[in-house]
Amino acid sequence: MIYESSWQAIAIFFLFVGFTLGFSFWLGRKAKSSEGYFAAHGQIPWFVNGIAFAGDYLSAASFLGLCGMIAFYGYDGFLYSIGYLAGWIVALFVVAEPMKRLGKFTFADALDAQFNSRGIKLAAGISTLVVSVFYLIPQMVGAGALVTPLLGFEQWVGVVMVGTVVILIVVTAGMVSTTWVQFLKGALLVVFSAILTWMILQRGLEVADGGADGHKFRQLTIKHADFIDNDGSVGGQSDTQVLTAEDGWEKAKESFVRLRNTATAEVTVWLSRRSSEQPDADWILSEAQTLTLTSDGKKLVNGLPKGTKKGEPELHPVGYLTELPGGVRKTGPLSPIDFFRTLQQSQVVLWRNEKLTHTDGSTTTVFYPRITPGGQVLRPGEHPTFRGIRSEKFTDKINFLSLMLALFCGTASLPHILIRYYTVKDAGSARKSTIVGIASIGFFYVLTLYLGLGAMTSGELDVSDENMSAPLLAKGMNTWLFAAISAIAFTTVLGTVSGLILAAAGAVTHDLLSSVLRWKMSDTEKVRVARISSVFVGAIAIVLGILFQKMNPTFLVGWAFSVAASANLPSLVMILFWPRVTRQGIVAAIVVGMVSSMTWVLLSGESYSRVYGLDAADAIVPFSQPGILTIPLGFLTLIVVSLLTTPQPKISPTEATSH
Amino acid sequence: MASGSSRSGLILFAVYLLLYGGFVAINAFAPNSMELTLISGLNVAIVYGFALIVGAVVLSALYGLLCGDLSRSSEDQEPQA
Repeated sequence: MIYESSWQAIAIFFLFVGFTLGFSFWLGRKAKSSEGYFAAHGQIPWFVNGIAFAGDYLSAASFLGLCGMIAFYGYDGFLYSIGYLAGWIVALFVVAEPMKRLGKFTFADALDAQFNSRGIKLAAGISTLVVSVFYLIPQMVGAGALVTPLLGFEQWVGVVMVGTVVILIVVTAGMVSTTWVQFLKGALLVVFSAILTWMILQRGLEVADGGADGHKFRQLTIKHADFIDNDGSVGGQSDTQVLTAEDGWEKAKESFVRLRNTATAEVTVWLSRRSSEQPDADWILSEAQTLTLTSDGKKLVNGLPKGTKKGEPELHPVGYLTELPGGVRKTGPLSPIDFFRTLQQSQVVLWRNEKLTHTDGSTTTVFYPRITPGGQVLRPGEHPTFRGIRSEKFTDKINFLSLMLALFCGTASLPHILIRYYTVKDAGSARKSTIVGIASIGFFYVLTLYLGLGAMTSGELDVSDENMSAPLLAKGMNTWLFAAISAIAFTTVLGTVSGLILAAAGAVTHDLLSSVLRWKMSDTEKVRVARISSVFVGAIAIVLGILFQKMNPTFLVGWAFSVAASANLPSLVMILFWPRVTRQGIVAAIVVGMVSSMTWVLLSGESYSRVYGLDAADAIVPFSQPGILTIPLGFLTLIVVSLLTTPQPKISPTEATSH
Repeated sequence: MASGSSRSGLILFAVYLLLYGGFVAINAFAPNSMELTLISGLNVAIVYGFALIVGAVVLSALYGLLCGDLSRSSEDQEPQA
């Protein structure tokens, strides 16, 4: 699609980002000590911290990735919402209070509270770094996706912009400003999503033949005999020739038909299916769209060079219903329950795509419509990640169980969430802020289903980019709303990324340099070193964000959760509930959990096809989500190694046994 | 208080774990039953999914009450805050 930026969008956007930066610098003036830089002096009010949890957590992945997945596949994206929120239950009931009691600045502090071991600091510090970087990738991808339609830049420009701004925030400020910025963003994101949901319900559902640009997608019904004779006319259209499927087209999994107009030489691509099983049944052709990337790097849309202005060739927006219950064309305002009820009895057009490679190295992605009953949209199992639940193969089911387990266990193991427990004054405040966090995050996740389904039926979807669904939905409603939503989402990315970089910088400075390498640093030096490490981590994030830009952020977050849960959760839980834990056990569990889950992810079919460009079927591991094996493996390693080693005297036995 | 609140925390955790585990198990082993209409035209997927989200909020609020955060935290449960 062609994205034209509007002055309103740019004005609001810069106003927002400018305000955030200014606010952040102003608060950052106070953060001179390491206590202030890493933990905001433990002085953040619990309510503010709770909303800041929402700000940290409801990142690009939640907002863009979830809405995109729901808009293209229906209910499946909501499975992530459910899993993400469930993880908070672990955080609240199991981890929150002990984390606060045991630690000071970092997750490694809490693990090491009873041992004072350099090994634990090293392992936990590295795991914090790895998880933060894994989690940073989707945030950067999301940021790039946001900037494109808003300011009309290429995606990589967005990634570099976010990276630079975030490095500025983290370097100049610290946990105080990061927290307040997150508070602001979390609150605004929830409020504006609620407004958008209200507008979706007011708009109701409507039947259409195409998207918002007014293009009506054609459908031809052709007699069998007329179709196969290839006499220069097809379905009553003279000058039309059916092209032979060759040069990559013969390998298509879907059945595509290319028609060539002999007068204009224009080639159109159609998805064909038979109207029944009969040998002489009619052929039904549905108009598809194509995006070709030629070997010399040009983009062709439906065979013509991609335009840069309105009216020139571009992919048509989609997202429409072909049928509403009772044969009505338009429903008018719907209640939150009627919205689902009506959709469930409607027919929705979902667009799928298939990529074909030609002999000269060029590729064509065919986007084709698939009329889907609403009941199918509101059930799990449409998205490739979740299709496995309908499969007979056991490994496919395992993949699903594994993902849901990783989401459940992952939240409580994310370093940037864990460090937020050190910004409040005591365990009670940690608990209360988690409750506030759960309430606001839960409310937002309820909205994601409406936002995603609203986008699905908005007529604004970009077939080539599902991450853009939520901003485009807002754009279809109102330019100002679009500007506000995009600016909020963008600044939320800023906040989440700053939190992550801060967590990573804390791990480097506090755990690795100060504790492991025994660097003697004064307080001001610590802050300086942390700022330098922030720049490095930020730079790494920018590079990875550009490399992974085509992947759905939600999917990438799923991986980050797997690694976090496998590496961190076993030691975090066992240290609270099992007095026999030894320091060797903890180190081994972190290392084994981290290495095994990362290796698994890198060897999975998803990595093969989406990252390395290889055939997913060649992947070494049988399913792509490692959690179901690597989380228990972490626990097992911890128990076995602890039993094989001699426990050392604990430093503060009262702490150790109080739980 | 720490041990009291952590015990009630673990009980509530177990309750939620059962709810979540049930949801995941139905999805994995009986995916077609997610399509069945449950109440007022809504299917199992929607009703159970929403119940898990609302349930998480309710259980966490309950935990807050049990830990004695009653007076101040309960009024802050309003999600729009």
